[in-house]
Amino acid sequence: MRAFIPGYQLITPESLDQALTLLAQEPGRWKPFAGGTDLMVLLEAGKLQHKNYVNIWSVQELHGISVTDSTVKIGALTTYSEIQAHPVLQLEFRMLCIAASETGGLAIQNRGTIGGNIVNASPAADSPPALLAYDAQLELVSTKGGRRIPYSEFHRGYKEMDLGEDELLASIYLPRSDTKLIQYYRKVGTRKAQAISKVCFAAVADVRDSTIETVRIALGSVAPIPLRCKATESFLEGKLIRESFIELAQSELGREIAPITDVRSTKEYRLQVSQNLLEEFLRSFNTLRYESPISL
Amino acid sequence: MDYSITPIAVSLTVNGQSQTVEAFPMERLLDVLREQLRLTGVKEGCGEGECGACTVVFNGEIVNSCLIPMAQVDGAEITTIEGVALADGQLNRVQQAFVEFGGAQCGICTPGMVLAAMNLLERNPHPSESEIRDGLAGNLCRCTGYMKIFEAVLHVCESRKEDTLPNSG
Amino acid sequence: MNDADKNLMGASAPRKEGRKKVTGAALYIDDISFPGMLYGVTVRSPLARGRVNNISFTGDLPWDEITKVTAEDIPGENYVALILNDQPYLAKDIVNHPEEPLLLLAHENKYLLEKARRSVRIEIEELPAVLNLEDSLNRKHVIWGSDNVFKSFLVNKGDVDQAWSRAAFVIEGTYETGAQEQLYIENNGVIAVANERDGVTVWGSMQCPYYVHKALVKLFNLPEEKVRVIQTETGGGFGGKEEYPSLIAGHAALLAWKSGRPVKVIYDRAEDMVATTKRHPSRTQHRTAVDANGKLLAMEIGFVIDGGAYCTLSPVVLSRGTIHAAGPYYSPNVRIRSSAVATNTPPQGAFRGFGAPQSIFALERHFDRVAKTIGLSPEEFRRRNFIRRGETTATNQVIQEEVDLSALLDRALNLSNYYEKRERFEKENSHSKIKKGVGFASFMHGAGFTGSGEVYLASVVGLEASADGLVRVLSASTEIGQGTNTIFCQIAAETLDLPYESIEITQPDTSVVPNSGPTVASRTCMIVGKLVESAALSLKQTLIGSGLLREGYSPAEFKQACADFHKRFGPLRATSKYQPPENVFWDDEKYQGDAYGAYAWAVYVAEVSVDMYTYEARVEDFVALQEVGKVINPVLAAGQIEGGVAQAIGFTLFENVVWQDGRMVNNQMTNYIIPTAADIPPIHVYFEENPYPFGPAGAKGIGELPMDGGAPAILNAIENATGISFTQVPLMPEMLMNGLGRSE
Repeated sequence: MRAFIPGYQLITPESLDQALTLLAQEPGRWKPFAGGTDLMVLLEAGKLQHKNYVNIWSVQELHGISVTDSTVKIGALTTYSEIQAHPVLQLEFRMLCIAASETGGLAIQNRGTIGGNIVNASPAADSPPALLAYDAQLELVSTKGGRRIPYSEFHRGYKEMDLGEDELLASIYLPRSDTKLIQYYRKVGTRKAQAISKVCFAAVADVRDSTIETVRIALGSVAPIPLRCKATESFLEGKLIRESFIELAQSELGREIAPITDVRSTKEYRLQVSQNLLEEFLRSFNTLRYESPISL
Repeated sequence: MDYSITPIAVSLTVNGQSQTVEAFPMERLLDVLREQLRLTGVKEGCGEGECGACTVVFNGEIVNSCLIPMAQVDGAEITTIEGVALADGQLNRVQQAFVEFGGAQCGICTPGMVLAAMNLLERNPHPSESEIRDGLAGNLCRCTGYMKIFEAVLHVCESRKEDTLPNSG
Repeated sequence: MNDADKNLMGASAPRKEGRKKVTGAALYIDDISFPGMLYGVTVRSPLARGRVNNISFTGDLPWDEITKVTAEDIPGENYVALILNDQPYLAKDIVNHPEEPLLLLAHENKYLLEKARRSVRIEIEELPAVLNLEDSLNRKHVIWGSDNVFKSFLVNKGDVDQAWSRAAFVIEGTYETGAQEQLYIENNGVIAVANERDGVTVWGSMQCPYYVHKALVKLFNLPEEKVRVIQTETGGGFGGKEEYPSLIAGHAALLAWKSGRPVKVIYDRAEDMVATTKRHPSRTQHRTAVDANGKLLAMEIGFVIDGGAYCTLSPVVLSRGTIHAAGPYYSPNVRIRSSAVATNTPPQGAFRGFGAPQSIFALERHFDRVAKTIGLSPEEFRRRNFIRRGETTATNQVIQEEVDLSALLDRALNLSNYYEKRERFEKENSHSKIKKGVGFASFMHGAGFTGSGEVYLASVVGLEASADGLVRVLSASTEIGQGTNTIFCQIAAETLDLPYESIEITQPDTSVVPNSGPTVASRTCMIVGKLVESAALSLKQTLIGSGLLREGYSPAEFKQACADFHKRFGPLRATSKYQPPENVFWDDEKYQGDAYGAYAWAVYVAEVSVDMYTYEARVEDFVALQEVGKVINPVLAAGQIEGGVAQAIGFTLFENVVWQDGRMVNNQMTNYIIPTAADIPPIHVYFEENPYPFGPAGAKGIGELPMDGGAPAILNAIENATGISFTQVPLMPEMLMNGLGRSE
């Protein structure tokens, strides 16, 4: 333990309103604390700079999953275990379930929350690429009310987000689709379980008559933020699938991502593997059009 | 609301016993279990939720007690390794199988591993070998290469099939 | 196992301390506390090499309440007594590696203490550092002694130089291995009580209580009886708790000595990883001469290991690595030059295998290359060169025991469906992005200390029987998970014709147990176990000789005899001291002769898959076949093999120490990854038993063996899968990508 524990405050509000009031009263003084699976690690390492936290874990309004005809709403405090167990998510948003099952071990999945995964803003987080590929929206709340934004606009720079000091991430909305999309998710972390990704690739596509009608591609660990690759998407959209496209698309992706070398991997590896996974994704269209070619 | 940082009173039930402890809000559940309640079967291996040595059962789910601040513990029901042997002091089935099949070597990961295995079998009484692997992937062992642990868990499944008597193991 | 069992040796008696471990009742060092105890921490060097100009205490802290210990406070010698005595307990003016201990602090509030640790300001002037093996060899800077070399060996057999011109093929290769962290799940820790009146007592997690004892005697300049070292339950060692506990025990004892209070020092994971020893990185160069029939003519081997900043055990690691470098093959001419060199990284130390995994990796990779070059299959090339009974090893040791490595190889290849897989994978790989392959390594591992080591150690084991017939084994050999307690009880029980339950183990405590030597070198079962056996025999003979017991006695009669003996003669105790087998010769100067009393022989086969999209290699299946003499406890023995293979898989594919300016920068379990339950393939363990006359019931050593063969078998399989010969471990996906890229 490398922290001075008596120097940290963690207070438990009685309701969402009280939590939001606290955040609004003295902007910047309080930060939210959810399942603790990221913040406690920083604390233990003596790297948790901020000292005052609001314990939102017990705020009931932020838990739970609800489903309507058009959307699935996931409370920010929904754990990875709850996500994996949800029948609609299993059926329609399988990439998110896989991301949840590949985040840490079971004990982490029982405490780690999807909202925490998003606002911790690690470029290596496992669920953001899936959420970006699903075109998720976020609902942010404060004492002033709520607002809904596309998730693709949320991350602005390394650990910078479109999130006010008085705001909480309340829920994530996933649009349900009538068409069955091809889904491809692959986390590359060297080890099978409990790895931190070196590259994480999530993509969905609607392919009809060998033409890519819609495609959404997002990557983790290849840029300062979880990255939606819109240039690569535009390159692919409307095109007939041909062998020759693969290499061009890979070049496009190479221009769009900005991987670095760190203690876990190298820039070159991240770039090459990202491009390889794009190839694997594109090649999966022919053989597995209506099955999700998700590798496990 | 008083924001000064002082120890808070936290009520919890540990291994069936209700009690109240005083702790700083950000103090780790791990430290309180070990130091205040002297439940030293809960081990610390990494302090970052990676190794699973500090695994306890928290409201029915396994958690890493090194990642849980005391401010989130009020009202919780916790089971540690000290609370899983049978009432007469006999080992439960999982513990017994670990001894018999060589699932414990140095023993430091064992309390967490036994709890994770018990929890796995509660959720899924007849796991496949790959489900056992995935279910225990959050508990690192450096001694066994895991094979003997898998054997122990599989043995519990098989002996349960043969034995219809209820057993807390 | 309640009855006296004639066949207890060979049966899987349940782990003696198993119940304590599965109930959480076993007490490890951090589970123990003393009234009035302080916590201790270490303030460490921020730089690889430098001159310390000033240390100051800053911040708003009650510095007068905090115990501070510097080199000035050391009552005796400021070195960790081991081999060369070059490593200080606390650096004084010069630091030689990152994280070198400079200052110790103690306080009862651990949170405050952590704040204090961070508030110490160290002013240090940087000196040029040597950070890798090449720079050290090239003497970029001289940082240790006159030439950066801790130790060198030259092993010479026949005349290598005259062989090259006669050779049909001469094949060269260079191979490298990286550092590996032991990563026992229990970090290093000790508690010390120390004062002038009572001397020094230390409890802790350790492999070798008498190493710690020896070091503390020097550190405090105390008579031996004033120093007491007690091993607490130890959560894994793998070599990582062989020599390091001497340092941390000294630190805690110095703080206790100065403060007058018990002091606990427990490392956290980050500190344990960044500051303590690891497996020595190595580089091996091979030059091999082979005749037209594929027979070895000459092997020339250069083997260098990186020892870090201080000598620690490097000479002995080098020795084992050197002797194993030529493997289980017969070559008429062999020359091995080896050295251990200094760098400004934390000292490297013991880790399971102790130099052998490094040199065996090189050899078994190289022999696949040789086979390929001369047009033989890897298995055929080895078959033609396996050592046989009566032939000599690199050190001219004549193999006396029956050994049939070709048969062992055949069995291993059959057990793993090697031929069928080779054929099938070749077909499947051409149209798959997952390339599969299978490869093997054949190797041996010597048990016990090298050469005359066991003679110098002169280990002693005691056995005592109480008046109520309970027998206790007294030895300093520690249980670190490998099964010491269990096998010693099995050996004593069978020898004494008693039930397993009537034997107990005395906690290793230097004030109580004799020095049975360190718990290292695969020696506990074969060497110390044999002493347990002979002490048990002697105890039995004492009772029979005194007329209190007759052959064929029952446990009840034994109990009665013990009671009678105590009444008539007092305490009943037997000891046994190591006696070397006859006709064993070793020349320490020339490095010639009988390097080890016995070898375990093995063939390991790995099946791998390589994903060409992600360059990730996985081990899909593993067969480990070995001949280890008599297997005393099949469950424990298989557990040793499986655990060692898992560590070897980690060493090969996962565990990459990332160095920056001499410091490990990925010192977290999150970033230095070891295999999880999901990463280990099925490991199939098989034993062949060929009893060794000088081991208990014929047992040989086993602990280190499984660390040796995994890395080369896996890389040989990767070559089979991809066609690329990799020469380095760990082989991370990034390196695999680079290697595959170069071939395109």
